[in-house]
Amino acid sequence: MKALSRVYNSLIFLFLYAPIAVLILFSFNDSKSRVVWNGFSLKWYEQLFQNEMIMESLQVTLLVAIIASLVATVIGTAAAVGIHGMNNKLKKVFLTVNNIPVNNPEIVTGVALMLLFVAIISFMNHTFGTHLKMGFGTLLIAHITFDIPYVILQIMPKLRQTDKHLYEAALDLGCHPVPAFFKVILPEIASGVFTGLLMAFTLSLDDFVISYCTAGSGAQTLSVTIYSMVRRRVTPEVNAVSTLLFGSVLLLLVTVNVIQIHNENKLKKEERRGRAR
Amino acid sequence: MMKARGAAAPFALWMAIFTVVPLGVVVYYAFTTAEGAFTLDNIFAIHQYAGSLLRSFWIGLLSTAICLLLAYPLAFSISRAKGRVQQTMVMLIMMPMWMNFLLRTYAWQSLLENNGFINQFLGLFGLHLNMINTTGAVVLGMVYNFLPFMILPLYSVMVKIDRSVIEAAQDLGSNAIQVFARVILPLSVPGIISGITMVLIPIISTFAITQILGGSLVNMIGDNIEMKFFGTAPDYNVGSALALLLMVLLLISMGIMNAFDKDNEGVTV
Repeated sequence: MKALSRVYNSLIFLFLYAPIAVLILFSFNDSKSRVVWNGFSLKWYEQLFQNEMIMESLQVTLLVAIIASLVATVIGTAAAVGIHGMNNKLKKVFLTVNNIPVNNPEIVTGVALMLLFVAIISFMNHTFGTHLKMGFGTLLIAHITFDIPYVILQIMPKLRQTDKHLYEAALDLGCHPVPAFFKVILPEIASGVFTGLLMAFTLSLDDFVISYCTAGSGAQTLSVTIYSMVRRRVTPEVNAVSTLLFGSVLLLLVTVNVIQIHNENKLKKEERRGRAR
Repeated sequence: MMKARGAAAPFALWMAIFTVVPLGVVVYYAFTTAEGAFTLDNIFAIHQYAGSLLRSFWIGLLSTAICLLLAYPLAFSISRAKGRVQQTMVMLIMMPMWMNFLLRTYAWQSLLENNGFINQFLGLFGLHLNMINTTGAVVLGMVYNFLPFMILPLYSVMVKIDRSVIEAAQDLGSNAIQVFARVILPLSVPGIISGITMVLIPIISTFAITQILGGSLVNMIGDNIEMKFFGTAPDYNVGSALALLLMVLLLISMGIMNAFDKDNEGVTV
């Protein structure tokens, strides 16, 4: 039984990783072929860095992910604190609205935003004679919109765990609400804020469908560029991009894990010291 | 706790403008003509897409079922593994999700193509399979992309099943099949339900995966919506009607899942 389950698990992991392995292997292939191995080469990596379309869209992707996750974290943190202070009825309404972008099919969120942008832009262009079009701005707004709910969902549980008396005590001792928030509440929910930020950032980085709908012709994210390349089947550089992306994710994951283990060990050590006293 | 409700004001404004209003705009487009007059024609036009809708359901249900069948034994054996092994295996399941789904799908494209990896291998035995641009290829792509989303909720429910409950059933004389049918399966129902919710509707509404693995031969409802908005002959009104249909489907499926899931809070990862 045990051997059987081991074989089964290995087969599933093979299924999950074989395509990725082939992709990585062929990013080092000397020829354009995705099937025949012609020897080791780094030429697709060289070409990748000279491919302006890819480099530009990489810039757009990183910039959007950074700005959107930061803005979403600020709006989301404030919102979570606000929602936490509401009565149950109002809280329910807010959380329901918050869940719309989470549950809605991405393509629906995408086209809905696109319709809104088209309406606003044509209105502005008609009445004020501006020459607005979809691009970086609309892309950024869309990303902030789908990032916010995840930030809130990360922070709400942390707020539930905080001791409300601490904050009240700070107020009683003459602290104003805003500094009291930064001194008392924020340190308590900091881990939630951080995971929210990280989650928003990776969601932005990874998004394709909503970016595809809202970027217009003005800006392209990496995933949109990859999509157009894959569709036209001109792709040797795509292998190289994938490998680099996968490599950086791996590095990030390992770093986060190492930090976590390090922190856990530190915590244990401190506990032991505490007990010794 | 505190009178800080005002802190949610920017959020309320943002979500009103960029989440609630856009859905209103979709509804408006779905029920109007290009000139802005009220009409039900767009809704009636949906029947022209019945074939693609049925295909979406078929692919969605089939892929979800395969995901469930593949994920269940794996999730269970992970949940019974030792702590360290468990953590490593969960991370191994999650890691492919960190690669963009377009790239993962594209990886399969090169494996499935007529002169692709698998056919080169089969060629050694004088065989050839036509795999790319078939419904089967699309189902494979869906299963591949969504399998982790089925494994993780199943695992997070199964890991809470107490070993002693299973042992008790065994002590009372249940054989392996009875232990599975009467203990493990009923206790893992919440995981099955949240797994299905995380997989089924996203598969039905997917586009791009079909275009990469199914070519122009296999199109799903998501592809039709994309065509109506970004294709060569855009029609926002019919496109909105199709998008509205997807939203209604989502509400129905959420309703069904909630009815199933009354006592247990759904588990999400």
